[in-house]
Amino acid sequence: MKKLLKLEHFSELIKDGDKLLVGGFGLSGTPLSLIDEIATSGKKNLTVVSNNLGEKGKGLGKLLVSGNLKKAIGSYFTTNGDAVNAWSKGELEIELVPQGTLAEAIRCGGAGIGGFYTKTAVGTKLAEGKHQMTFDDGDYILEKAIKGDVALIKALKADTLGNLIYDQTGRNFNPVMATAAKLVIAEVDEIVEAGEIKPEEIVTPHLFVDYVVVTKYVKEGGRYVEPATTN
Amino acid sequence: MSQQQRIKIARRIAEEFEDNQIINLGVGIPTLIPDYIEGKDVYLHSENGLLGMGPTPEEEFVNMDLISASKKPVSVETGASIFDSSDSFLMIRGGHVDVAVLGTLQVDETGEVANWAVPGQNILGVGGAMDLVAGAKKIIIATMHTSKDGTPKLLKKLTFPSSGVRKVDMIVTEHAVFEFKDEKMFLIEVLSDITLEELKEITPASYELSTKKLIRV
Repeated sequence: MKKLLKLEHFSELIKDGDKLLVGGFGLSGTPLSLIDEIATSGKKNLTVVSNNLGEKGKGLGKLLVSGNLKKAIGSYFTTNGDAVNAWSKGELEIELVPQGTLAEAIRCGGAGIGGFYTKTAVGTKLAEGKHQMTFDDGDYILEKAIKGDVALIKALKADTLGNLIYDQTGRNFNPVMATAAKLVIAEVDEIVEAGEIKPEEIVTPHLFVDYVVVTKYVKEGGRYVEPATTN
Repeated sequence: MSQQQRIKIARRIAEEFEDNQIINLGVGIPTLIPDYIEGKDVYLHSENGLLGMGPTPEEEFVNMDLISASKKPVSVETGASIFDSSDSFLMIRGGHVDVAVLGTLQVDETGEVANWAVPGQNILGVGGAMDLVAGAKKIIIATMHTSKDGTPKLLKKLTFPSSGVRKVDMIVTEHAVFEFKDEKMFLIEVLSDITLEELKEITPASYELSTKKLIRV
């Protein structure tokens, strides 16, 4: 399989200062193994675009502990106390974006559209400095598209071409992020032969996917856990 | 007591739902509502990409990749569908969700809502609040009448940051139901043994009595 990448080689694809699009809603649909690799890579000044920064010490929360981040762009950071602390101390820049605007900005980034007008956030603090325009049914603000250097996404299965399907609501931001970065790496639970996933069931077609990495996590009781290390 | 009051609010809001509606429930009191939707075929939409959200599953069926917007495990109803975040917010922003039930920090007498940030505190979370305020066809606010220390939430003017220029349609508290029409607030039901004078005291927002509809429950 041409696109298969070993987990230990993944962080070589990341450069200091890169903007990473990272899939997930909380810890669901999050590329946990890829994040772990970044946490031990010593990479600096990364910008992460993701709905949240995981939870305290979990998922993207690990990158706050290991100090890889310069900036986070997303919709909800208050559930991770480390993100709030890092921001208060001036160690982390945060750009807050309404969740739907975040999703649409990434979709535009992948679709070759420079920006879009939305009613969301008109008249609020989050509209400050943004161009406002009146359409037939009211006022809208201009939001610019978001693109990344690298997208880290989590899917349930890839086939040997790199076609992807997702597990339930673990889908979330992953399919749009897969369209909006120069380099796209998918962490998956399983790789199957091309043809095993029916064409009409494929959510992310292989043309979006550059590399596939098999997760080191295992799912137990509906939750991803790190495999037990030898005692 | 407080939980009983929250349940009363949830129950009253569930009465507003109609068959076949698409409903999005926010965090807080709205999460109690599914238990009180009796005999109505509605479809619950969850912003993280699910239409047809079902109740909390038994532990053996928990999958943390099947969760609600509150990041709690859920199940799916027959005929449910799953989609990505951009389609989910297309549904919200594009007016395809019939009713959004939201918690709030403040609402003013025109129906403008503040439900995402408190001045002087870290403003680091907005989630889907502004998208729902901008896009849902009908917005019902589920809230205790005042905050825990008794500070009024239904005000003449917002003192917290606004969630958007779109006005809400209805407020349900443990004491009363208010409706908005043309940016005017009307008291349509009293839900507790509070007197109208006492209600006025804890409600700085100006409102009119809807004489046609005012019901004491």
